[in-house]
Amino acid sequence: MIFKLNIWRQAGPNTQGFFEAHEVDASEDSSFLEMMDALNEQLILDGQDPVAFDFDCREGICGSCNLVINGTPHGKQQATTTCQQYMRDYKDEDALWIEPWRATAFPVIKDLIVDRTAFDRIIQSGGYIPIRTGSACEANTLPIEKDVADAAFDAATCIGCGACVAVCPNASATLFVAAKVAHLSTLPQGQLDKKRPAKMLKAMEDEGFGSCSNYRECERVCPKEIKVSAITTMNRLLYKANKSV
Amino acid sequence: MSEFELESHAPKGPLQDRWKQHKFNCRVVSPANRKKYTVIVVGTGLAGASAAASLGEMGYKVKTFCFQDSPRRAHSIAAQGGINAAKNYQNDGDSVWRLFYDTIKGGDFRARESNVFRLAELSTSIIDQAVAQGVPFAREYSGYLANRSFGGAQVSRTFYARGQTGQQLLLGAYQAMSRQVACGSIKHRSRCEMQDLIMDGDRAVGIITRDLVTGELESHLADCVVLCTGGYSNAFFLSTNAKGCNASAIWRAHKQGALFANPCFTQIHPTCIPQHGELQSKLTLMSESLRNDGRVWAPKNKADCDKRPEEIPEQDRDYFLERMYPSFGNLVPRDIASRAVKLICDEGRGVGSEIDGKKLGVYLDFADAIKTQGLDTVREKYGNLFQMYQRITAENPYQTPMRIYPAVHYTMGGLWVDYNLMTTVDGLFAGGEANFSDHGANRLGASALMQGLADGYFILPTTVSDYLARRKPVKAEHYQNQVDAAMQASKTRIKALMNAPDPSVTPDDFHRQLGQILWHACGMAREKDTLLTAVEKIRALRDEFWQKVKITGEAEQLNQTLERAGRVADFFELAELMCLDALEREESCGCHAREEHLTDDGEAKRNDMDYSYVAAWQYSGEISQPTLYREYLHFDFVRPSIRNYQ
Repeated sequence: MIFKLNIWRQAGPNTQGFFEAHEVDASEDSSFLEMMDALNEQLILDGQDPVAFDFDCREGICGSCNLVINGTPHGKQQATTTCQQYMRDYKDEDALWIEPWRATAFPVIKDLIVDRTAFDRIIQSGGYIPIRTGSACEANTLPIEKDVADAAFDAATCIGCGACVAVCPNASATLFVAAKVAHLSTLPQGQLDKKRPAKMLKAMEDEGFGSCSNYRECERVCPKEIKVSAITTMNRLLYKANKSV
Repeated sequence: MSEFELESHAPKGPLQDRWKQHKFNCRVVSPANRKKYTVIVVGTGLAGASAAASLGEMGYKVKTFCFQDSPRRAHSIAAQGGINAAKNYQNDGDSVWRLFYDTIKGGDFRARESNVFRLAELSTSIIDQAVAQGVPFAREYSGYLANRSFGGAQVSRTFYARGQTGQQLLLGAYQAMSRQVACGSIKHRSRCEMQDLIMDGDRAVGIITRDLVTGELESHLADCVVLCTGGYSNAFFLSTNAKGCNASAIWRAHKQGALFANPCFTQIHPTCIPQHGELQSKLTLMSESLRNDGRVWAPKNKADCDKRPEEIPEQDRDYFLERMYPSFGNLVPRDIASRAVKLICDEGRGVGSEIDGKKLGVYLDFADAIKTQGLDTVREKYGNLFQMYQRITAENPYQTPMRIYPAVHYTMGGLWVDYNLMTTVDGLFAGGEANFSDHGANRLGASALMQGLADGYFILPTTVSDYLARRKPVKAEHYQNQVDAAMQASKTRIKALMNAPDPSVTPDDFHRQLGQILWHACGMAREKDTLLTAVEKIRALRDEFWQKVKITGEAEQLNQTLERAGRVADFFELAELMCLDALEREESCGCHAREEHLTDDGEAKRNDMDYSYVAAWQYSGEISQPTLYREYLHFDFVRPSIRNYQ
């Protein structure tokens, strides 16, 4: 079936972007990105520059894909990355408006591709447990209550896609930071570094992300259903660390 | 190219002492001198990130490169099921020796004893390291680590983090690497792809890269180069690999003299979501762990194939894996399960949509598991996988059985490496899926993560140090001519891609055609005439590719079509070598099923008299005429037996 598209085109970070209209023929069983592939094949054959967009695993785990579809990061299916959206869910839409993540800290590189290396730098500021290869103790010497391990896992499933930033009116990365803090700092082996939340939040601000003011939009669009309770956990740790200084 | 003997440098002596002895024999670099050496690591998946982090911690200057926008996105992230380790936490008789034996048997006796034993030995340290990093493995209510079972083993030794084990292990390695970036010991470049090696005679002294954002070519010199760039399943176009996975780094290294081992050993994973249409861009894997509780079946009667599965009564269902392999049942190794599924579908008992006139699918049914364990338990174990299945197929696997069909998933073949993981190019190492070393002709489930991390955390830091200790640090000014030559070769190649004489076909279109040829000739069943025809077809299509490939946009900017074309060009050459290797190996073993060499029941007939070797191919300067070297395998501790899972 035919889909009508309005796609954001932008040659580079410092050029003016605009919406470009296209029509594409794609089966409703194809995925959203397969529909984009079909468009690009057509554009190449027509001698035009195809639309640049990020993707890789196409099974919802690598965190590469990042389209805003009709105003919603990742599209209408909740708890789902862009690559796992299927055209069967979009057949009743009059038109599809496709845009990049928009945030100061995620500058557009080209078309729908943005630079998310700010996330890497936030992790570098403290999003790890400092353990040298080879110096670990036997794994079962440290039992961890199942519910603690499960809660850490829930936070650890963050794929670093940046949808939380894209949807936030403040373009805040607080959910991303909190997910890493809630993963590492609640596990016994991660509790030594009390400064982790403060270091990571500072890095977040330095990168140009905004602060959290509890819109909770991030939770709504997170493809991995990371809960804002992670932010509560982080704030509690932050408070405790400050008190102990 | 020179003639040489393949020397594995595998140590002698008692198997259990070999790695210890070898580590002692390896030279070390003093802490004060380490910062004088630069190590390049290409690829930052499990093997690359863990190697880079460990080398950085030791004090070397490390430069890392990945084509993704962050190291955290490497395809290791998609590994679902788990990681094996011989911890014997279940007290079910596991040991390093048993893991060693299962792995070497699982690989159908086509791997080196020394390497496989080392892998089994290191498995336990990987779990310790990962737990210390904060990898949230599944735990029992007691607080201790949990295990599950995987194919090809009768003990429960697989550690897991729901269906996201690869993700959690990769994030652990990525975070360790991030810490070194922050310390300044690692300089990392994302969106940057290796184009070629910089060679000084027979030695690798660096790489040429293309910045994928600006299109700029850059040179990077180093004292040694480590390739951890993954496998080449995407040669088939449709595979479970990420779209970006490619063989370009290892293939270009091959063309610089690195031998390519066992290229035809490609793993077909039995439980993937069947193909549904023409436009499809990739196949999705459903973790092997599902076979712990899911029962595989097909209708007994062809007439039932169009019915809804719920309408087919129990007595008309053929639980064929349980029937054919009663002692391992649904948990037979991947190659065995895949061939059984193919057999059933070839008989005309497949279900689901038709591709090329054949129904390609069988059921994977959880009804019994849900009945005995309850919905919540099943959801707890496999929730995310069920959700993924439902998203893709619009069917609810809690109510109706999943449909599955085999798909290309992993490549056991790769660059030939010795016991030190060094290729036949001096100073060029290969780790993880990029090398051929440990899985023989078939990899067992939950062994890929184990091997990638064993290579990266524990083996490469030792062997790379040994290599560096024997050399003075390279001086950049000595290599200007070599850099210029490599740079020029990369420019010429890009120019040829951008300026095909009759640009009219997209790289993806070529890739799809190549994939179909390869899947039919060098997929689950291989046969001489089909392979010969495929070689002819690949050569013809490859010529057409260089005439007609169409790329729009410029080379000096972000250009995803150019990136793809470069990778497809390499797949075209590698695909031919895969077929030539499959032709040469006149036996069936593991994943490699030559139709001429199967028993009446369709089981692999191995020929140890003539083929107990690693086939290592050398580029001769002419793609179609590679030179074969044989590394004969010696089994001093296990006796190669007929693999029997019945």
